[in-house]
Amino acid sequence: MRGLIGIFAFAAAVAAAPFFVSSGYALNAIIMTLYAALLGQAWNILGGFGGQFSFGHAVFFGTGAYAMGVLQVKFGWNAWAAAPVAAACGAAVGAFIGGVSFRYGLRGSYFALVTLAFAEVFRILANTFEFTGAGVGLMIKLNESAANFQFATKAGYLYLILTLVVVAQLATWWLKHSRYGAWLQAVRDNEESAAALGVNAFRVKLAAIMISGALMAAGGVFYIQYLHYIDPHIAYGPGVSVEALLAPIVGGIGTVWGPVIGAVVLHVLGEGTRGLMGDAPGVNLVVYGLVLILMVMFLPRGIIGVFQTRAARNATPTARTGAGRA
Amino acid sequence: MLEFSILFPSVLNGLTTGAVYALIALGLTLIYGVLHIINFAHGAALMAALYGVYFLHQLLGIDPYLALPVMIPAMFALGYALQRWVIGVASHGKDENILLVTLGLAIVLENLALFLFKSDTRTIDTAYTFTTVPILGATISLPKIVAFAGALAMAGALLAVMHRTDLGRAIRACAKERQGARLVGIDVDHVFAMSFGIGLACLGAAACFLMPAYYVNPTVGNGFVLIAFTIVVLGGMGSFIGALAGGFIIGVVESVGGLWLGESLGQIGIFVIFIAVLLFRPQGLFGAKA
Repeated sequence: MRGLIGIFAFAAAVAAAPFFVSSGYALNAIIMTLYAALLGQAWNILGGFGGQFSFGHAVFFGTGAYAMGVLQVKFGWNAWAAAPVAAACGAAVGAFIGGVSFRYGLRGSYFALVTLAFAEVFRILANTFEFTGAGVGLMIKLNESAANFQFATKAGYLYLILTLVVVAQLATWWLKHSRYGAWLQAVRDNEESAAALGVNAFRVKLAAIMISGALMAAGGVFYIQYLHYIDPHIAYGPGVSVEALLAPIVGGIGTVWGPVIGAVVLHVLGEGTRGLMGDAPGVNLVVYGLVLILMVMFLPRGIIGVFQTRAARNATPTARTGAGRA
Repeated sequence: MLEFSILFPSVLNGLTTGAVYALIALGLTLIYGVLHIINFAHGAALMAALYGVYFLHQLLGIDPYLALPVMIPAMFALGYALQRWVIGVASHGKDENILLVTLGLAIVLENLALFLFKSDTRTIDTAYTFTTVPILGATISLPKIVAFAGALAMAGALLAVMHRTDLGRAIRACAKERQGARLVGIDVDHVFAMSFGIGLACLGAAACFLMPAYYVNPTVGNGFVLIAFTIVVLGGMGSFIGALAGGFIIGVVESVGGLWLGESLGQIGIFVIFIAVLLFRPQGLFGAKA
C-alpha cells in the first residue's frame, strides 16, 4: 500500500508544479525528465524485471510515433483514436520480436544484438517507403486543441506525460506485488529453476516485452504530439535506445523508482554540462557515456542500490550485502 | 534480369569490400572467442582509427598505407589499456556489465569525436584515389584491390600468430578454459588484454586500407558495427575461417542486394541474414555449438 501512496503523492506533487512554476523553460525541463523516466521505465520492465537487456528499444518507440503520425496524416484519424492503436502497435511489434527471439532461446548478448538489428531494419524501412515520409520524415498538422490531443500550454503536455508515467509506475508496482511479477523476476534470476517449478518462461517473457513495447510506443506517441515531427533517425536510431536504458541503470534496474531517479539525475547532469560547456554538440552524451561506465564500475545496482545496501547494513550489522564485486 | 556484365563487377566489388569487413570482423571474433564478450565499441574504435589515419595524412602528410606501422601499434595499445584498466575492472565478471561498459565506451568515443571534429564528413585525396584497374572486363578501383590484398595478408598474419606462437597458444588456452590456463601459470588478465589489443590492431589496419577510398565522420562506425556483428554471427562466434568467409558473403550480398533493391533498401539483406542466423543457426556456419 505504501508504494501506491508514494506513486500518488509523486503524481500530486508534480501535478501541482504548473501552479507554482510559470517559466516555459522549467516546465519543459519537467516534461523532458518525465519523458525520459517513461522510456526508462518501459526498458526497466523488460530489462530490469525480466533480465532481457534490449539495445534496440527504439524499435517500439519509433513504431508508436510512426503509427500515430501515419494514422493522423495519411488516414485522417483523430489523435485520441490513434493513440491507443499506436500503443497497441508497440505491443504487437514486441510480441513479434519477443515471439521469435524467445522461441529460439536468445538470451544475453544475443538478445541485445537481435533487438539492435530489428531497430536498424525498421529504420531502413521507414527511410525507404513513401508511406512513412521516407527520409524527409513525417510532420503532423499543428492544431492546438485538446480535442486534437495537442495542447496550447506546456501544462497540458505535462499532465499528458505525467499520466503516462503514473501508468508506468503503477505497472512496475504491480510487477513488485503480483504473481505475474514474481514469475517474471524468477525467470530473470534463474530461468531453468523457474521453468522446473512450472513457470512458462516463454509466455512470461513475451508478456513483459509486450507491456514494455506498449509503454515505449506511448513514449513515441507523446514525442510526436509534443514536437509534431518524426524522422527515421530520431524514431529508430540508437539515441532513443540508449536513452531508454540509461535512466534505469543510473537509478537502479529492477526497482520501481530507479528510472525516475535516474531520469532526474541525468537531466540535472545534462543541464549542468550545458551550463559549463555551452551547447557544443556531443558533450552531454560524452558525460552520459562516462556515467554509464562509472555506474557499472562502481555502483552496478544504481543509486537506489546504495541506499538499499546501507539499509541492509544498518539492519544487520554483520551482513555483507550487495554492491560488492561478484 | 541481371546481365553478367553488371553482376560480375558487382560481385568483384563485393569481394573487395568483404575483405575489409572480414578484417574488422576478425578483430571482433577474436575478442568474442577469447573473452566471451561482445565489443559494442568496435565500430567506435574503427572510427577513432579512421580519424587517426586522416590526421596523420592531413597534418603530417603520411600516406594512409605508410600509416600502417603507426596505426597498428597505436590501436593495439588503446585496446590493451581499455581491456586491462576499464572493461576488465568494470565487468565484475558479468556479461551484462561488459555489454553496458562497451556501449558506454562507444557513446563516449563517438560523441568525443563529434565534439572535437564536428559532424563533417572528411575524405582524403591521394594520387591513387581514383585509379582503376580493369579485371576481366570489370573496372575496380585500385584502393579496393590494395585493401583486398592487405586484409587477406593481415588475416594470414593473425592466423599465424594464433597457431604458431606461444602468445597464440596462450590466447587459445584462455579461450578454452580460463581457470585451467591460470593454473598452469598463464597471466590471464594480460592475455585478455593482449587479445583485445590485437582485436583493435585489426581495426588500425582496416582503417589504413579503408581511408583512401572511404570517408570518416563521428558516426561512421555504426554502419560497420552491425555488419561486423552479422559476419561474426554468420561465421560462428570465435571462428576465424568463419569471419573470413562471412566477410566475403556479406560483402557480395550488400553489393548485389544494392543493385537489386537500391542503395538504401539493399542494406536490409544484411540485417535479415543477421536476424535469421541468430534465430535459426546461432552457432553460425562454421561454429561448433552455440
